[in-house]
Amino acid sequence: MSLDVALWLGQDGLVNGAIYALLALSLVLVFSVTRVIFVAQGEFVALGGLTLAALQAGRTPGTFWLLCAAHGAVALRDGAAALRAGSARGFGRSLLFHLGYPALLAPVLWLAPLRSAPAWVQIPLTLALVVPLGPATWRLAFEPIAGASVLTLLIVSVAVHLALVNLGLLSFGAEGVRTRPLSEARLSLGSVAVPAQAAWVVLFSAGLMAALWFLSRRTLAGKALRAAAMNRVGARLSGIPVALAGRWSFALAALVGAASGVLISPITTLYYDTGFLIGLKGFVGAVIGGLASYPAAAAGALLVGLFEAGASFWASAWKEIIVFGLVVPVLLWRSVAARHVVEED
Amino acid sequence: MTRLRLVLCALAPALLLPPAAAAQINVGVTVSATGPAASLGIPTRNTVALLPTTIAGVKVNWLVLDDATDSTSAVKNARKLVSENKVDVLVGSNTVPNSLAMIDVAAETGTPMISLAAGARIIEPVDAKKRWVFKTPQNDQLMAAAVAGHMARKGVKTAAYIGFADAYGDGWWSEFSRAAEGRGIKVVASERYNRPDTSVTGQVLKILAARPDAVLVGAAGTPAVLPQKTLVERGYQGLVYHTHGVTNPDFLRVGGKDVEGAFLPAGPVVVAGQLPDSHPCKAAGLEFVRRYEAAHGAGTASSFGAHAWDAGLLLQAAIPVALKRAKPGTPEFRAALRDALEGVRDLRGTHGVFNPSPADHLGFDERARVMVQVKGGAWQLVP
Repeated sequence: MSLDVALWLGQDGLVNGAIYALLALSLVLVFSVTRVIFVAQGEFVALGGLTLAALQAGRTPGTFWLLCAAHGAVALRDGAAALRAGSARGFGRSLLFHLGYPALLAPVLWLAPLRSAPAWVQIPLTLALVVPLGPATWRLAFEPIAGASVLTLLIVSVAVHLALVNLGLLSFGAEGVRTRPLSEARLSLGSVAVPAQAAWVVLFSAGLMAALWFLSRRTLAGKALRAAAMNRVGARLSGIPVALAGRWSFALAALVGAASGVLISPITTLYYDTGFLIGLKGFVGAVIGGLASYPAAAAGALLVGLFEAGASFWASAWKEIIVFGLVVPVLLWRSVAARHVVEED
Repeated sequence: MTRLRLVLCALAPALLLPPAAAAQINVGVTVSATGPAASLGIPTRNTVALLPTTIAGVKVNWLVLDDATDSTSAVKNARKLVSENKVDVLVGSNTVPNSLAMIDVAAETGTPMISLAAGARIIEPVDAKKRWVFKTPQNDQLMAAAVAGHMARKGVKTAAYIGFADAYGDGWWSEFSRAAEGRGIKVVASERYNRPDTSVTGQVLKILAARPDAVLVGAAGTPAVLPQKTLVERGYQGLVYHTHGVTNPDFLRVGGKDVEGAFLPAGPVVVAGQLPDSHPCKAAGLEFVRRYEAAHGAGTASSFGAHAWDAGLLLQAAIPVALKRAKPGTPEFRAALRDALEGVRDLRGTHGVFNPSPADHLGFDERARVMVQVKGGAWQLVP
């Protein structure tokens, strides 16, 4: 193997690994706060990419209707709860937010010339459409059973994944899409000409990871999230609204997923069901990190990306087996070591 | 006068037979409208909706179920259609594993079945079970021979293969490697990737290291774009071939300028408008495209829907023959329909001329394929 090939493979593995690392971090975050293994994490990747592609093609993305339906359902639930509690004001406020939000987006989608709009308009709009689906998923599927066992939550999580995949098929169809790259330029690193988009992926991922770190370490909301993750009862006793923690973690998970989808959609073709495999590889990374430590999860995910690149060169037919087989020695080692990592350091 | 007689002929069965359920033909269709093969199943479902609801004066009910690209569901659908809906013929499904799984149901209940999947294994060899099974798509062998033949004409000495790590990719690999050997082309690399993969850099590097004159991408639909895009990105200058699995408008949309210049074998329907008037498939192809695009918009017709259209043409040819022997809804009618399907002669379909025989339940010849090149974002017939 020449140096060129090694550089190419390293570049490829790094780009994929960066996306896996983002997803691994958000899986760890969601798991530690809510004890939900968020199988549907990958679906937000697909939704992000497909929504951006629909905007660029001048179509109304199906995500808008998903958002309307999800918010409608949440408003109904909230409304019923508020009425039962006899709080007309709470009812009005919930209705205003959940129905007002899609109503605010609608004129932008229909009236603005989004097809020719620059990326800095299209991308935030994509995030605005996809991210609220995260908290809505939490409210509808997980919040009512938040106290259930990890296994029950996992089963519901699989159901949410299947529902979202098929809703994706319904709203976007079976065909793949690709979006316009942020820039067509190429950066040369020695003999290797890296597409600028690949560099964007790595830079954005690193930036997003830094932002997540800052959020969890330096802000009150982040500290509250961590407190809720460490000890729910203790957190509630010290006045942290634990229910909100679930919403926030799902919003972050949806943000990370949608942003990953937007980042990789110019590099690869995205389908309504692409997300699952990407999410699963992020999960392998997170498992390597023991589902608890953020740096270990990120490192594990990068390892998955590099392993995958190598496997696709040497034994492409066995690639997935090699990548998912990585979990086995890790689990063996962890079960022998039997040291549960509770804190993230 | 002639028209009056025609009308009378058409009405005759309706007048003679009692107006019971027996005067209807039920066609059970199972398609893969969701799951990995959804891009095949959706146009199939759309096409079935365009097929005639009366054949030879008898009402035809098309019952369509979705099997989610899952062979267990395909079998379940087939059983339900046969036992509950008493169908006279099964159509589907879109993938080889699903179709293979359905053969048992067809044979056990004595129901003719027309598969919409390509694999020759579905109908070969014709035995006690497979005597009930027909299909409309071309065998991979016919298409692989066309690819190897075109490569040889272009002076290709070495070729590489990259295909799906599934039945489709493996099937094409075995057919292509055999066809290439026959033409004296050396296959220097064989790589695999998965449909939802986001990167094939590793595989492409391996292929480039082998320096082939041509690369064949053994993949279906839009996922076939990624290997060629990666090849182009890495500055590959040789020829790129695809299989007929990519002939839908979305491949061109996603591929854009990256797939420009690619060669592929295809059913004549893909370039129906460019065929010489003497081509036997021109009329059927244009008719299908016109009907499909009238219902679903310009540029939407794909060759996958055309396979279902061909199944419709086969039934329109065979049902009148079978009606002479037995009444619909009976085992005798199903047996008669099977015999009639086997006896179809020179039926000009959208994909080829059907000449089934007891030994070959497809009966296509060289007229069932043309070579096509991607030029200016459209399919261009290679003369």
